[in-house]
Amino acid sequence: MFSRVRQLDKALVVSVSALALFGLATLYSAGQTDVPTFVATIWERQVTWLVLSFVVAVLTFRTSPRMLEWATPFAYAIACFLLFLLLFIGTGAGTAAGTKSWIAIGGHRFGQPAELAKLAVVLMLARWLAGLREPPATLRDLIPPAVIAGLPCLLVLKQPDLGSAIVFVAILFCMLFWAGTKPSLLILASSPVIGLVLAFSTVAWGLWIAVLTVLLFWWRPYVWEGLAVMGLNVLGGVLALPFWNRLAPYQQNRLLAFLNPDVDPRAAGWHVIQSRVAVGSGGLLGKGFTEGTQKRLAFLPAQHTDFIFSVVGEELGFVGVLVALSLFAWLLFTLLRIARKATDPFSSLCVFGVASLFFTHIVENVGMTINLMPITGIPLPFFSYGGSFLLACSIGVGIALRVAWEARQSGYAELGQ
Amino acid sequence: MSAFHPHLLDRRLGLARGVVWVVVGILILSFFRVQILGHGKYQLQSETNRLRPIPLPAPRGVIYDRNGRVLAENVPGYTVSLLPAPEANLRSTLARIASIANIDSAGIERALQRARRAPYQPALVLGDAPFTVVSALEERRVAIPGLLIQAEPKRFYPDTAVVAHLIGYVGEVTEAERASSRFAAVRLGGLVGKYGLELEYDDTLRGSEGLRFVEVSAKGQMVRDAEAAANLNPVPGKDLHTTIDLDLQRFISRIFPGGKRGAVIALNPNTGEVLALYSAPGFDPNAFVGGISAPYWRSLNESAAHPLLDRAIQARYPPGSTWKLAVAAMALKRGIVGPRSKMPIPCRGGLQYGNRYFRCWDARGHGALTLTEAIAQSCDVYFYQLGIKLGVSSLLEDANAWGFRGRTGIDLPGELPSEFPTGPEYYDRIYGPRRWTSAVALNLAIGQGENAQTLVQMVRLYQQLASDGNMRTPFVVRPAAGGAASAEHVSLDLSAEQLATLRRAMIAVVEQGTARGSRLASLSIAGKTGTAQNPHGPNHGWFIGFAPPDKPEIVVGAIVEFAREGPYVAPLVSRTIAHYLGIDDRSAAAMRVVLPSDSAPQPFQLPGTPQDTLPATPADSVLPRPPTR
Repeated sequence: MFSRVRQLDKALVVSVSALALFGLATLYSAGQTDVPTFVATIWERQVTWLVLSFVVAVLTFRTSPRMLEWATPFAYAIACFLLFLLLFIGTGAGTAAGTKSWIAIGGHRFGQPAELAKLAVVLMLARWLAGLREPPATLRDLIPPAVIAGLPCLLVLKQPDLGSAIVFVAILFCMLFWAGTKPSLLILASSPVIGLVLAFSTVAWGLWIAVLTVLLFWWRPYVWEGLAVMGLNVLGGVLALPFWNRLAPYQQNRLLAFLNPDVDPRAAGWHVIQSRVAVGSGGLLGKGFTEGTQKRLAFLPAQHTDFIFSVVGEELGFVGVLVALSLFAWLLFTLLRIARKATDPFSSLCVFGVASLFFTHIVENVGMTINLMPITGIPLPFFSYGGSFLLACSIGVGIALRVAWEARQSGYAELGQ
Repeated sequence: MSAFHPHLLDRRLGLARGVVWVVVGILILSFFRVQILGHGKYQLQSETNRLRPIPLPAPRGVIYDRNGRVLAENVPGYTVSLLPAPEANLRSTLARIASIANIDSAGIERALQRARRAPYQPALVLGDAPFTVVSALEERRVAIPGLLIQAEPKRFYPDTAVVAHLIGYVGEVTEAERASSRFAAVRLGGLVGKYGLELEYDDTLRGSEGLRFVEVSAKGQMVRDAEAAANLNPVPGKDLHTTIDLDLQRFISRIFPGGKRGAVIALNPNTGEVLALYSAPGFDPNAFVGGISAPYWRSLNESAAHPLLDRAIQARYPPGSTWKLAVAAMALKRGIVGPRSKMPIPCRGGLQYGNRYFRCWDARGHGALTLTEAIAQSCDVYFYQLGIKLGVSSLLEDANAWGFRGRTGIDLPGELPSEFPTGPEYYDRIYGPRRWTSAVALNLAIGQGENAQTLVQMVRLYQQLASDGNMRTPFVVRPAAGGAASAEHVSLDLSAEQLATLRRAMIAVVEQGTARGSRLASLSIAGKTGTAQNPHGPNHGWFIGFAPPDKPEIVVGAIVEFAREGPYVAPLVSRTIAHYLGIDDRSAAAMRVVLPSDSAPQPFQLPGTPQDTLPATPADSVLPRPPTR
């Protein structure tokens, strides 16, 4: 047992432990407000979740990748079933009271299946892509993986939870890339979405279509593929407005507030403004641990979940942000290294998928505290309060530890070092 | 070459690492820009953030009657709240101001509960503070940390109980209401409509709240209004223009027999506009503003008269003889009778059918009558035979097609659906197949049996009779263009001549029949009385009438509980009509009802209807008793 502990990937263990402690401390601080609320003691519950997550990570570590590969379809099916079920029995919570993202039994909120579904999609995609003889080369080859990620994505979108849905798409593209899909193909596949976004400005959209035409002639895909891509882009431009109208008002407000926070200073913009003020007033060294005034007066919205990074920025300043981001970067580079040295494609893809999951969450969550990203309400790994996502993260870490250990056992790791 | 060959993996790894470097770099640069370069600006903003946002309630829209007179408005009022602070501090502050502000321990607990539920909002202590309390508190402001006195628009109903059921009242939003999507946007402690038009059109009336920023000291004490921060002005709610005639509404409440329970509805038969809707006894909607006092709330809820019940739309009564017009309309539509048709058996005070004897209300008998005369005399024997001719299934079919089971769809909340059997299978279910006879048709034909209608439902029938036969959903606020067109088109399917026949018969009711008390010298009214059996005391009386009979402009229906007989109610309606048409109603005021009783035979109990307004099981039933009940 202890010999195994010594064989663990030290960089991963250290970076994750440091992040978990940092996160717990921040969560404790988030509860220290002038007027105490339920957030004040939430860190105690998070300790319970951390202990549970540790146990789960150990259990995952003891599961062989082959066993994992076998269990993947079941996990995926259960995840999709739960998401489907949520559309009927889901309940809302906190700031997102109108959505159906929680599973509740007897009035007691139990967990957010969407967080675990992200991991299930990583595993399922890894299993599918690892089984391919050649990497996907045409748009048609992209259809099965797109369906694997798209089904839970649509179910989550229906809740509606735009943030989680975007994570599914990001995971899909990252994993396709790691499986060897040509970047040009990925750009073509994602072009309709880009076209859709750019359609809000006619000039930008026209430029994009021109660029796309050049790219199509340069990369020379099959004729039908080229036509399909072009058609979808044009369609995206046409459908942009109806699609916009389909969005829930709070989603529209958040996107608008992203473009200009002052457009609605009361609701959506309030979050961005207050968060940016908190981060900016932190300065170089911050106001001191638990001393953040913005936080103490509860100007920060959801400061224990979505906007917990604003607390870091306010109280520990630029230095604290630098430390946190460095830890995250270290974690990501470690995961990339493990993915590179994995003994088999499935393991490699799993670890890369976990890395892309972390990456998306980190960039989106950290970015929105200073208005680099629109507000979507997805948690920050190891910082935000919440059991479901912490469990998903710990399972991911457990998988990565196992993959690193297997690589070391096979002697592969030493070759590189 | 496999896609997972080390060389290829290395190339992808390089690209992936590059992306992570670039993205983390962008994030760090952005934080540098915000935290180091923008530090001064945000530091300043953070310091001015000792501002506290305080919700500024939006004035609700004013509700007007059809002539622009105010039914519900806003007057200046004061609220007293405490700014957020730890609970112990709030408790001691509340204890200190308890004697000045006249709050008891229950009031203190309520304020603390509000503070717990919405910890970052000012906790409301007094929703409607009298000026003396406000000035007393203002004097001691320095000694009361976190005191916040705001001038807020306060709802005021100038006519109080006269319009209580129609307009409704407002109150603090409850947790349960906020869970529904309709009130999800309302903050805790916000006011929403609870009853009547205030509830039905809450979305229109509510407006959206503004924010005011006050500066607080380190101790959480309010220093002053912040000038730097721009206050967000509340957006006032939109006004509501109703079709109500306040003058008529007031008149009805004045002439409604004192101490009686009942309701009156006045409609424009050609449009469906509600001109007046009155229910008695009433309540004071102003008592709900700023939180209703517990004793008054208890008295409203525990009163045997149920003042909160809108008897115009929320109480069902057996329609009694007012129903006979529906049966006559069915028979005319189906061509079973004409205006001068007589029935085979003349009335001799009752009718033997099967092994039962069905009595007419007048034991002396009416003799041989035509349809017109039968309506005027309200002869039960005639309508027993008409019911047999129509048959149970036709009766049920037409009544269901004309909406006598369900709601009218009037734009007031809480309308009770009227009750009527869906079809013959209803009797199969209740009594068992073949355990009942067509004798139920006799009961149904005179408005007894399994039939319970709301006042608004019956008034709608007379609206159809008084116009071209087309059903018009009654409304208090004119629906937006296109909104009403979606309602399905229902008509009595009677020719103009047939309608004229029925109207003539109803003039006869007033001139020579059971409602003689309602005739006025210069005005003739068409109408019909009715008596609903009530085992708990005197019967309930109906009268529904309209005028002028040739080209009706107003339909008025009234029900008075324990009024003994329908004719007793007739003057109420005739005076209302006279007042509306601008005719001197004093002659009507002097009239007394000197008419024989118009009661029908013993009725049947309806399953599942409130005992208060409906008959119980009769002593001698006209129908075979159900085997098990």
